[in-house]
Amino acid sequence: MSKAKAVDIAKKLTMIFVLILVTGFFAWKTEGAILLPMNISNLISQNAYVFILATGMLLCILTGGNIDLSVGSVVCFVGAIGAKLMVENNVNIVVAILIMLLVGTLIGAWQGFWIAFVRIPPFIVTLAGMLIFRGLSNVVLDGMTVSIADKKSFVKLFGGGADCYIKDFLGASEINATCMIAGCVAVLIFITLQLLSYFGKKKKGYDAGNFPGLIVKVAIISAVIIWVTYKLAQHKGIPSVLIWVLIVIFVYGYITSNTTTGRSFYAVGGNEKATKLSGINTNKVYFLAYLNMGFLSALAGMVTIARLSSAQPTYGQNYEMDAIASCFIGGASAYGGIGTVPGVIIGAILMGVINLGMSLMGVDQNLQKVVKGGVLLLAVIFDVVSKRGGKLIEKN
Amino acid sequence: MAKILLEMKNITKTFPGVKALDNVNLKVEEGEIHALVGENGAGKSTLMNVLSGIYPYGSYEGDIMYDGEVCHFNNIKDSERKGIVIIHQELALVPYMTIGENMFLGNEQGHKWKINWTETYGKAAKYLETVGLSESPQTLVKDIGVGKQQLVEIAKALAKNAKLLILDEPTASLNEDDSKALLELMLKFKKDGLTSIIISHKLNEISYVADKITVIRDGSTIETLDKQTDDISEGRIIKGMVGREIADRFPRRGLDMKKRLVDAETLMEIKNWTVHHPINKERKVVDNVSFHVKKGEVLGISGLMGAGRTELAMSVFGRSYGENISGEILMNGKPVVFKSVQDAIKHGLAYVTEDRKGNGLILSNPIKINTTLANLDAVSNHGVIDKDKEYAVAVEYKDKLRTKCPTVEQNVGNLSGGNQQKVLLAKWMFADPEVLILDEPTRGIDVGAKYEIYCIINQLVSEGKSVIMISSELPEILGMCDRIYVMNEGKIVGELEGEEASQEIIMSHILKSSGKGE
Repeated sequence: MSKAKAVDIAKKLTMIFVLILVTGFFAWKTEGAILLPMNISNLISQNAYVFILATGMLLCILTGGNIDLSVGSVVCFVGAIGAKLMVENNVNIVVAILIMLLVGTLIGAWQGFWIAFVRIPPFIVTLAGMLIFRGLSNVVLDGMTVSIADKKSFVKLFGGGADCYIKDFLGASEINATCMIAGCVAVLIFITLQLLSYFGKKKKGYDAGNFPGLIVKVAIISAVIIWVTYKLAQHKGIPSVLIWVLIVIFVYGYITSNTTTGRSFYAVGGNEKATKLSGINTNKVYFLAYLNMGFLSALAGMVTIARLSSAQPTYGQNYEMDAIASCFIGGASAYGGIGTVPGVIIGAILMGVINLGMSLMGVDQNLQKVVKGGVLLLAVIFDVVSKRGGKLIEKN
Repeated sequence: MAKILLEMKNITKTFPGVKALDNVNLKVEEGEIHALVGENGAGKSTLMNVLSGIYPYGSYEGDIMYDGEVCHFNNIKDSERKGIVIIHQELALVPYMTIGENMFLGNEQGHKWKINWTETYGKAAKYLETVGLSESPQTLVKDIGVGKQQLVEIAKALAKNAKLLILDEPTASLNEDDSKALLELMLKFKKDGLTSIIISHKLNEISYVADKITVIRDGSTIETLDKQTDDISEGRIIKGMVGREIADRFPRRGLDMKKRLVDAETLMEIKNWTVHHPINKERKVVDNVSFHVKKGEVLGISGLMGAGRTELAMSVFGRSYGENISGEILMNGKPVVFKSVQDAIKHGLAYVTEDRKGNGLILSNPIKINTTLANLDAVSNHGVIDKDKEYAVAVEYKDKLRTKCPTVEQNVGNLSGGNQQKVLLAKWMFADPEVLILDEPTRGIDVGAKYEIYCIINQLVSEGKSVIMISSELPEILGMCDRIYVMNEGKIVGELEGEEASQEIIMSHILKSSGKGE
C-alpha cells in the first residue's frame, strides 16, 4: 500500500474513530443510557432530517464549498403547503406528497437558475431564499399551527407518531423478528455484493485489493448492522423513517461514486476551469446541485411534519446549519471537490450522538451549542491544516 | 567611470529539477538605463525576483551588492526600503480604488490609525505631474486606460522613493503612442538621475533608450553590450539571444516530411478568425488569422508571450476564450461550428492547456479520474461509470506514456511537473481527437521528460493525427515542426517550412512586425 493511500485511509477512519470515542465517553457518562435500544432508535428518528439534508448539502458543497442557507425555510414551507393541502383541502395523501416534492424541486430550480446560469453567489441567493420561504410559510399557515395528527397513514409513512415502526409480521415476542430478519438479509446481500465485486475484479484481471483487508472490512460492517438491528428489534423494530433515510443514502451514495453526473460534482469543485475545458457543462452541475437540494428539502419537510404531527411557521429553523455542520465534520472540504455520502452520514451521526449524549447528561441547551460549534471548527481546522501538510499558519 | 549602483554576483537559483539561473552577473551603473534581454524562460524575471526579494535571501546562491553594501532581502518590503522598486508586466492595481489610494497602498500616508487623505491626494497629484498624467488622483483606476494605468504604476513606484526602477515589459500592453511617451519618460527620469532596468522584447525600443544591454540565455549571462563602444543593432542583439547550438535533442520521425505530407489532406482549416478581449471589448486579441493543418502534420505556432496564440487556440476550442468571435472553421473541408467545448471535442479537437495546474488537471483527484474526465462516456454505460474499466484505461495510458507513479490512485498534485504533463496528455489522447493542440507542452519540465513528450508527439502523427504545437521555445519549434506559423500581436506574420526556418528568421519576423499594429 502506498503512503498516500495509507494516509488517505487513516484520514477516512479518523472520524469513525472519533465517533467511537465520543460514543464511549457518553456511554460512560450516562452509565450506558445512550446505548439503550430506545435511544438508538431515537437517534435515528430525531436525526432523519439531518441525514437527508446533509446528503443534499454535500452536492452543493462539492461544487466548491457552496452552501444552501435556505433549506430550513424550504422544509418549513413545503411542510406548510402539504399540511394545508391534506387538512384543509382534503387532498389525497399521494397527491399531496407529489405536490410537496414538486414544490421543493421548483424552489430548487428557481435558486439553481440564479446560481448556475446568472452566477449570483449561492450565499446571496439562498440567504434570500431563507427569508422568502420563511415569510411565505407564515403566509401559508396564517401564523398558526396546522395539526395533521389525524392523517395517520401520512404520519406513519414518514416516521411520526407512536406507531411509526415497520410492523412485526411474525407475531409478538420481546424481540421484533421482522427487524432481525431484515438485518440478516441486509448483511447477506452486503457480503454477497462485496464478494461478487472482488471476484469479478479478479476474474477480469484488475487490481482487487487484498483479501484479508476486505474480510476485516466486511466483518466489521456486518457486525455493526447486526448490532443496530438487534437494538432496534428490542425497541418496536425498524422506524419507517429509516427506510427513507437508507434509500437516500444508497441512491446518493451510488450517484456520487459511480455515475458520470456524480463525477462532475467532484470535478467542478476540484477545478472548474479544467472541468469546463474537458467538455463538461459546469452550469448544469451547479443547477443540479441546487435543484436536488430543493427536492431533498421537500422530503425532509415531510419527515419533519410527520414527526411533529403538525406544521408550524417556526419549523426547520437552523436545519441548514445542522446539515452544513454534518458535511464539514464528515470530511467534506470547505473548498469543494472532496467529500463522500458515507462520510457525511458519519458526521451527522456524530452530531446526533453529541446532541443526544449531552441531553441525557442534562447539559444546558446553550452549552450544547457551544460544544457543537467547537466540534465543527475543530473538524474544519483539521481538514485545512492537514491539507497544507500539517502547517498551522498559512505562509504570508 | 560612474559609480556602480547594483552588482549581482554569481547568482544561481535552482527550482526542483531545473537550474533557472546559473552564475548570472549583472552590473548596473548609477543613472543609466540598463536593458535585460533574452527569450522567454531565459531567466530575466527570475533574476528580477531574486533582486526584489520575492525569492528571499538563502533560496539562491550568490551576492547582491547594492549601493556599496551586501544586501539580504527577505521580502519585497526589504528591497523597497532600499529604493528598489519593480513594476511587473501584469499591472497590480485595484480597479475600484482611486489613483491616490492605489499609489499609497501598503504605504499609507499619515498615522496607522488615521490615514491622512489630504496628504495622500496632495502627494499623489505631485507624482502624477512628474509622470505627466493629467488625471485627478480621485479618479477610480478602472476608469482610466491601460496606458494611464502603467503611468500610475510608475508614479506609485516613485512615491516609494525609488532609486532603482525595474520595468518588466512596460510597453507590452500599450499602443505605439503610449509606448513612445513611456520611453520619453524613462529618458527624462534618467536626466533626473534615476537608474532603471528595463526588460523588453521590443528591441527597437531597447536600442532607443538603453545605455547598456545585458543578454541572458538559458539562465546565464552571455554578454553586456555598451551603447558607446559596441554595435547594438537589432541583428546583433538577436544573435546574442538565440546563438546557441541545437544538439540532438529531438527524436527523428520515421519518414521525412516531404514523403509524409505531400499528398496529405487538410484536416482542419481556420479562416479569418478574429477574437476580441473578454473585458476590453474593443481590443482584438486575435486579428484575422487564417491557417490550416494537414493530416499527420506537426504544425508549430511560434511567437512571444502575449502574441495571442493561446487565445487563438482556446477561442477555436469551443469558444472557451474571448468575445465577438468571428471566422470559419472547416474540418475535412466541411464547415463546422463549435458552440461549446463539448462540440469541439465531438468533432475531434483537443486542447492541452499551457496551464496544467490551473486549467488542465484536478490536482486533488487521482490520476485515473483525471485521465478519463474528458471522455467519461467511453468508460461508462448510461451514465454509470465502469470503475474497473476506468482503472484499466488509466493503467494503459500510464504504461504507454511511461508516467512515473506508484499507482494510478495517486493524486495528480503529488506528481512532478513532467509526470503531470503526461497525465494531461493521456487525458486528451484518451479523448481520441483528430487534432491535438498542445500549448507549451514542455513548459517547466526537465530535459528527459521533454524528450519523451516529443516521442509521444511523433507517435501521434504516425497514427495519422495532427498536432498543433504552440511554443515559445524556438529550438523546440524548429526541432519538431513540419511547418511553422509566426504570430505576433494577434496576427500571423509569417509562414515557414520547417527546414527553411531558423531562429534568426523567426525572431526577425516577430521584431519587424512589432509595434506596427494598432
